[in-house]
Amino acid sequence: MKWLWPVLIGCSILGAGVLLTGVVENRYVYFATYVILQYIVLATAWNILGGYTGYVNFGTPAFFALGAYTATFLMLAYKAPFLVLLLAGGLISGLLGLGLGYLTLRLKGVFFSIATLALTVVLQTLIINWEFVGGAKGLSIIRPATILFFSSYSKFLFVVMLCLAIGAVAIARWIEHSWIGRGLAAIRDNEEAAECMGVPTLKLKILATTLSGCLMGMAGVPFPWHVTLIEPGSAFNLDYAVNSLAMPMIGGTTTWVGPLVGAVLLGVAQQVATVTISSELNLLIVGVVLVAFVILAPEGLVGLVRRLVKREHA
Amino acid sequence: MVRKGTGRMQVWAVVGVLIGALMLTVALAPVSQAASPLRIGFGMALTGGLAANGKAALLAMEIWRDEVNKNGGLLGRPVEFVYYDDQTKPASVPGIYTKLLDIDGVDFVVSGYGTNLIAPAMPIVIERNLVFMALFGLANNEKLNHPYYFQIMPAGPEPAKEFSRGFFELAAAQNPKLRTVALVGADAEYPHSALAGARENVKQAGLEVVYDRTYPPATTDYTPIVRAIKATNPDVVFVASYPPDSVGMVLAAHEVGLQPKLFGGGMVGLQFAAFQTKLGSKLNGLVNYDYWIPEPTLNFPGINEFLKKYQAQAEKQGVDPLGHYLPPWAYAMMQVLGQAIEGAKSTEQKAVGEYIRTQTFDTIVGKVKFGSNGEWEKPRVLLVQYQNIKGTDIGQFAGPGKRVVLLPEALKSGSLIYPYAEALK
Amino acid sequence: MFSFDLLVNAVVAGILLGGFYAAVSLGISVTFGLLDVANIAHPVFIIAGAYAVYAVNTAYALDPILAGLLFTPLFYGLGVVIYRIYYVSFERAGEQSLRGLVFFFGLLFIAEVSLILAYGVDYRLIEAPYIGRSVSIGPIGISLRLGVPCVVGLLLTLALYLFLAKTFYGKAIMGVSQDSLALRLMGANPIQIKTIAFGLGMATASLAGALLIVIVPIEPSMGREYIGRVFAITVLGGMGSIGGTLAAALILGVAESLTSTFSGPSWALAVSFGILLVALAVRPAGLFGR
Repeated sequence: MKWLWPVLIGCSILGAGVLLTGVVENRYVYFATYVILQYIVLATAWNILGGYTGYVNFGTPAFFALGAYTATFLMLAYKAPFLVLLLAGGLISGLLGLGLGYLTLRLKGVFFSIATLALTVVLQTLIINWEFVGGAKGLSIIRPATILFFSSYSKFLFVVMLCLAIGAVAIARWIEHSWIGRGLAAIRDNEEAAECMGVPTLKLKILATTLSGCLMGMAGVPFPWHVTLIEPGSAFNLDYAVNSLAMPMIGGTTTWVGPLVGAVLLGVAQQVATVTISSELNLLIVGVVLVAFVILAPEGLVGLVRRLVKREHA
Repeated sequence: MVRKGTGRMQVWAVVGVLIGALMLTVALAPVSQAASPLRIGFGMALTGGLAANGKAALLAMEIWRDEVNKNGGLLGRPVEFVYYDDQTKPASVPGIYTKLLDIDGVDFVVSGYGTNLIAPAMPIVIERNLVFMALFGLANNEKLNHPYYFQIMPAGPEPAKEFSRGFFELAAAQNPKLRTVALVGADAEYPHSALAGARENVKQAGLEVVYDRTYPPATTDYTPIVRAIKATNPDVVFVASYPPDSVGMVLAAHEVGLQPKLFGGGMVGLQFAAFQTKLGSKLNGLVNYDYWIPEPTLNFPGINEFLKKYQAQAEKQGVDPLGHYLPPWAYAMMQVLGQAIEGAKSTEQKAVGEYIRTQTFDTIVGKVKFGSNGEWEKPRVLLVQYQNIKGTDIGQFAGPGKRVVLLPEALKSGSLIYPYAEALK
Repeated sequence: MFSFDLLVNAVVAGILLGGFYAAVSLGISVTFGLLDVANIAHPVFIIAGAYAVYAVNTAYALDPILAGLLFTPLFYGLGVVIYRIYYVSFERAGEQSLRGLVFFFGLLFIAEVSLILAYGVDYRLIEAPYIGRSVSIGPIGISLRLGVPCVVGLLLTLALYLFLAKTFYGKAIMGVSQDSLALRLMGANPIQIKTIAFGLGMATASLAGALLIVIVPIEPSMGREYIGRVFAITVLGGMGSIGGTLAAALILGVAESLTSTFSGPSWALAVSFGILLVALAVRPAGLFGR
């Protein structure tokens, strides 16, 4: 049973994570790894549309923030439980992704990317003018002290993000190995030819955008509780756009491994830099890493490894 | 699709993750292991939108630290800072403060600069019941009621209203009665709050709002906005803005010829030397809020010595050369903490916290006493008017006479030139 | 509170703003519209140009526009160097767009940090005799602070348009963007042509920076706010059309100005990008695109 191994691995990672929350009291661990797990989800989600299908999405912040604000709204208006918030965030962002999917009919390549950028600006302006969720000023969110059996809420958020990361990677892996992945790759290589060969390009593209959007939205849902503050500037930050683009690029865009590796490496580098070097040089490091990788390892680390492997076999 | 290297690749994936985990443990390594120094940790905006003020604040805090250490430290221990750049990103604050507390093991934490950079740290300090001196945040403790939160900004228990209270008090006191007001501000945290407070004060002053809009901070040209305001012919114009838009609004007002009877409000940035010298006489007549200015009524002990030290280093560090806006308050915040530690003769959070709650402190910005929610017991926001500025020489701003205090009465140092057009002559 | 006076002034203000936006977007129009190189870092080079002008203005009281012109050869050279690096690293087509994007993002951050290290994070302004003054033509008020950059922007657009339409190298650049193979067959080296084009695009950043610092105070991270606008203007105008870029810039400027005046400045940006979205949905090639 091919699916047994991945399920077991996923469950054991989750179990290890939960056990960790019982043992380790150092709060920094939870906050830092939360961010990295969040980027694993964002990078993987981005890659489904960007790497597999070839449509570069500049609008990660739009989906991410939409998830965060949907959760905030439902929490303020209906005091909805967390699971509902998670599903709702994913649903709304997924719907936006659906709309984006139909947009791909009209716009290809860089026009699509510009459109996603425009979408982000429009959405951000709408949120800024929505007083109920804080508008431009933002809203401070009170984080409950404990939840379920976790001794602190931040541990709970960590486990939630761990589940999302495992889920996202599992979905990406499954897509890659299935007929969907093959169809998306065909679209990436030559959309017209794929259409001629009978690949249902529209259905697949819509699936990719919806799924990508849904996962990004879910990654955004816990954000207000992580920061205990929701405000447009941080929810729509350029960082999310750049990182969700750069991480798959660094790791390798054609497989599920790439975004994972890229997110871990770049994410950890950024976290480490924040609390060690910590100055303008942070940004310099990100810039240099991006430029270096893109010049030296154009197919990402995965591509680099593949080339080394091929050389060994040859 | 035959994938020969899949197994290999999965191994590499694991390797990649392990490398990442290894790097994370590097971050988990604490900063230093010396037992003796008294370590104070904080995040500060050294890059990003608030960096201009953040870096100035850091300079002021370092001046305090060096002075304290020259005088033997606190309780005999040298003071050491452990700080990280929060990049004006609220999302980085939880990580920074948990690292400071759980890994670096600092003795005390103070806040970064700005409401949205203080907010994410609140749950963390509340969890461990820590003393938390805060630098210029609006109502961070309103819903949380942490007993050991202390805000050095002198806005008092109702900060949002306090920004504009003096301004509208002045408006209501004018004869003949002023009737209409235009409210405008940026779509950002502080201006949003200031405008909300202004709307309440406007109701009390009995003015009619004829314009009430906000603009995106990234606006390039303010002339359409100012023209639209001018078209409503308001008696009073209240602007709540951040540095770049403050400049844009003032320039646009002069170009369009907007001359209400009372003009100004809560414009951040007009206190910066860079803008004062470039705007020069265009500032005349503006009635703005401020916290400290070099007027004779505000000549508290120590302030001039501090400013001299600050100004000597400011140019080199690329921060505001005059340092009148935030630096004295960052310094005063540390003074309070330092005096409390010495006064309570302890580094225990509860002892120091109770000391700060109950005592009055002598600082370079005057006497500081905190009220119930950690805000100043009695607000002390100044209402100042820019007067008699000629040309663009920076020297004229270093001393008294160009910005006179109109309110509060106790600190008054000059009289209002009214209406606004008079002051432009 | 609608009045004809207000309307006319809003439109004029929008046109002035549009002229400035055109100057800012010209670089992208050339490098992205003609060469398909997504130079996301262009705005930060505009800021760099603004700082260069600031330095010269503070030290020698040189007029900002002149200072901007003075630095164009330097920025041209910078453009040449950057394009060489870009070309050598990303020779294969197709993958180019994604990798190029990341490369330029990296460049954006590196350039921003360099500016922070050199000039600090405080705001910088300059002095010029036309800042703060305005002229009136009947009911229309024109503030020179925006009028002068608009005129310079229009002149720059005209100059670039003439260069591309009339000169040999200009026509070669138009040629290389349409059919690189045919160009090679005609004896011109496409790589050299593209390098010149990229350098040209970067050179406009110097002058655009001068215009920027005349209008607003600058600080290193400002460039990010303009990324969306310049690409939106180029795409709306149509890839490869200088005239289209100008038209799009004017449209966006007027839209922003009208929204600011009548319905609320808060929505100005959203309206601009909304127009872009609608335009893309209706006519993806842009207004004057090929």
